Amino acid sequence: MSKRIVVDPITRIEGHLRIEADIENGKIKDAYSSGTMVRLLEEILRGRDPKDAWAFVGRVCGVCTSIHSLTSVRCVEDALDITIPPNAELVRNIMFCSQYMHDHVVHFYHLHAMDWVDVVNALKADPKKTSELAQSISSWPKSSVGYFSDIQTRIKKFVASGQLGIFSNGYWGHPAYKLPAEVNLIGLAHYLEALEWQKEIVKVHAIFGGKNPHPNYLVGGMACAINLDDVSVINDERLAYVGQLLKDGKDFINQVYIPDLMAIASFYKDWGAIGGGLGNYMVYGDLPTNGYRDLSSYKFPGGAILNKDISKIYDVDLKKDDEVQEFITHSWYEYEEGNDKGLHPWKGESKVKYSGPKPPFEHLETDKKYSYLKTPRWKGNAMEVGPLARVLVGYARGREDFKEIVDKTLKDLNVPVAALFSTLGRTAARGLESVLTAQWGLEFYDQLIANIKNGDTRMAEMSKFDPATWPKSAFGVGHTEAPRGALAHWINIQDQKIANYQLVVPTTWNASPRDNKGQMSAYESSLIGTPVADENQPLEILRTIHSFDPCMACSVHLYDEKGKTISRVSVLGD
Amino acid sequence: MKHTTISPKLIFNLKIDDMNNGTELSVQPTYYEEVERKGYSRRDFVKFVSMMTAFIGLEQSAMGQVAKALESKPRMPVIWMHFQECTCCSESFIRSSHPIVADILLDKISLDYTETLMAASGTQAEAALKNTMTKYKGQYILCVEGSVPVGADGVYCMIGGKTSLQILHEVADGAAAIIAWGSCASNGCVQSAKPNPTGATPIHKLIKDKPIIKVPGCPPIGEVMAGVIVYYLTFGRIPELDRIGRPKAFYNKRVHDTCYRRPFYDAGLFVETFDDENAKKGYCLYKVGCKGPSTYNACGVTKWNGGTSFPIQAGHPCIGCSEENFWDNGGFYERGSSFAGFGIESSADTIGEVALGVTVGALAIHAVATNIGKSKLIHQHEAEGNESEHELE
Repeated sequence: MSKRIVVDPITRIEGHLRIEADIENGKIKDAYSSGTMVRLLEEILRGRDPKDAWAFVGRVCGVCTSIHSLTSVRCVEDALDITIPPNAELVRNIMFCSQYMHDHVVHFYHLHAMDWVDVVNALKADPKKTSELAQSISSWPKSSVGYFSDIQTRIKKFVASGQLGIFSNGYWGHPAYKLPAEVNLIGLAHYLEALEWQKEIVKVHAIFGGKNPHPNYLVGGMACAINLDDVSVINDERLAYVGQLLKDGKDFINQVYIPDLMAIASFYKDWGAIGGGLGNYMVYGDLPTNGYRDLSSYKFPGGAILNKDISKIYDVDLKKDDEVQEFITHSWYEYEEGNDKGLHPWKGESKVKYSGPKPPFEHLETDKKYSYLKTPRWKGNAMEVGPLARVLVGYARGREDFKEIVDKTLKDLNVPVAALFSTLGRTAARGLESVLTAQWGLEFYDQLIANIKNGDTRMAEMSKFDPATWPKSAFGVGHTEAPRGALAHWINIQDQKIANYQLVVPTTWNASPRDNKGQMSAYESSLIGTPVADENQPLEILRTIHSFDPCMACSVHLYDEKGKTISRVSVLGD
Repeated sequence: MKHTTISPKLIFNLKIDDMNNGTELSVQPTYYEEVERKGYSRRDFVKFVSMMTAFIGLEQSAMGQVAKALESKPRMPVIWMHFQECTCCSESFIRSSHPIVADILLDKISLDYTETLMAASGTQAEAALKNTMTKYKGQYILCVEGSVPVGADGVYCMIGGKTSLQILHEVADGAAAIIAWGSCASNGCVQSAKPNPTGATPIHKLIKDKPIIKVPGCPPIGEVMAGVIVYYLTFGRIPELDRIGRPKAFYNKRVHDTCYRRPFYDAGLFVETFDDENAKKGYCLYKVGCKGPSTYNACGVTKWNGGTSFPIQAGHPCIGCSEENFWDNGGFYERGSSFAGFGIESSADTIGEVALGVTVGALAIHAVATNIGKSKLIHQHEAEGNESEHELE
């Protein structure tokens, strides 16, 4: 007999996620993932100025901030055939890289670490041994006995005060925690350190985009004009500031994040065989080095892998009618042509219709519809997107920078390539691509400086900013690699207004309910077989779910409650 | 200013000392003890106090009072709910820049429930929430991030099998006061833009019997968020609010009036299109859609991300993200209203109440007629600056 457990809310994520799981003989036999909040942003976008769309969809998410805005301006630029100046591409790339550095570090320490690090156990650590250990794995200067001792004293007093704040009711002492006290103390110290650090790297966004969260973007380029001879715009001081932030950020990633990740991973190698799930991976690719339209120039190459076979890479075409499709068989929506049809985003049609149990409720009706997320598929396949997919595709495409860092990591941990297809692999991949983006960010920065030095200060292409210059009808797709995975927006512009705007978002790929054929998506699939030592403390579920870094606000974004059909669009000849 | 102050009688009157009657809180360390424990020096503490004193709009003479309050008062339990939102407010809060702000405020307020950061999930998270609601009934601060959808009986946002509407009413019941973080909780923000398909509703329209501090912005500036909390902890009451419930300290000036590009506006020197020659000189962004003239916020003064920059400094017009219905107030690149008779001589209050989207002509007339001389002066100064550089060479 299996027993159904519910974890809701799943915390340390963005948004509202609920997991129901059936446990039998200490293992998960079946699992259901449900998104329980919806805002219907696509409906709100209809009829608005496409140039404004980036600000609306930017508000899809404040954690992976900037990334929807980037996708949106690309989407409109694709529709209107605008090519942005090289400097604007470089600034967008630099912001992209700093976003990864920020997001991945915050995910590791503030959203994921407490799945592996036992905060209370850190109090038993010997500061001297901790210091020795820290110094043996990193050259980071804050590693003295006094440093660790102070932190330990602080936390001891904190625990003694009786009010644990954010640490209340954690699963401390759970048998699945395996780290020595000293490693726990390092993790805890760097949790606090990273909280201080994270507010620095995003200053790159403030300099180019005015603020973070939610920096400003511009269709046609970026608004941050360059003039080395003026104090009030992007000048030498501002650029030097960016350079310093990128360099400091890289140091933190290489000297704190990665050594911690490797130290922690070495105690949880068994998680290299847990939480693998689908084995299908998809990447749209990003970080253009020769313009957005030259896919081959991307630092993150695109492609799809099926059944863990990294010897074959498939190309993905977002404009083809039969590649990316969304299903609603188990989602709280209705399609005109029935429950089981898949629709390409340009043909998107939907009405939300909640048909679940009346709240308050104990359980969802998981045999029927059970989520506000729709279920996207690529050529009918459930796909995992995110850091692991990116690292695997880069590796499978034979890119040197990927091969080097992946092979070194596998060697250091003494695990086979197969260990990548796992919860641990996902968490490790996020660290590895942080190293890559930290390095690339500096490369893009150097190129920006070189361009300016050569006299090119252009930052925006404004010849098509005026809607009077637009065709009567235009269709576009914009894609990126959000920190959480492949992200694309589809737009249909009619008479200078948005006729239809669709987003298919990473967490929708990963967290969606079953499709028309009953196939699970990545979250559900990865939970099957996961051991659960104490069903009242489902720490193991959190480990695997957090390894995806859920972002629920992103994943649910929808249409019209009144059931109006979104205007039909003829698909562009691809 | 026309803003009327909420009567002191309405202002939350919890005395922190009262809380000491509770056995739990009395054992809690004070802020200064916490600061010390965290390894910060007395000097750091004083620096922090001085910054927060300035932020909450007090004279430096009040610094002692702030310091004393932080040194002697215990920790306040806080429940932070997430409804229809994007978590940008939480993200902004942790960006708060002074070294001890993120650190001290995050856990020193005893953040007992926050879905973004708390270790516990599921039933353990719910238990932590219930515990604080029971133990500190009438004493905790409720922070709300996000709007509440009231459409379809509230099913567009559910946590733990309950609707956000049900949860809000339960949690608000025992709260001493409510902070409505950001534009979502203050005025509904993006999901309430037309046609507001989920019935996204701000907190003050649902909860009528509690003091509510609105801290609008998408998101609010991190230091503003920290400042609101520090004020509350320092004085045991909510800060003085304007007529629509925002803390005066941060929302009584328009971005336009505090903008470093304001002299160019007065001189009639404008960016005509992005990345043009005028953009490279940092001229005023009014003509490319800047909503600074109708937006009340601290961006021009406090700036963002530790004072690094703010949207206008990075060349983009203000989109007015702290104003109600800013999503529906015309396009972000459409020139705002005429501010009839608007000039440096006009009363800021009058202007703030002029709705956007009327006509445009008067601005140009004003600029040309009144300030053409100033424009010349600015060009002259720029030229002189260049010349003096050449001379040095």
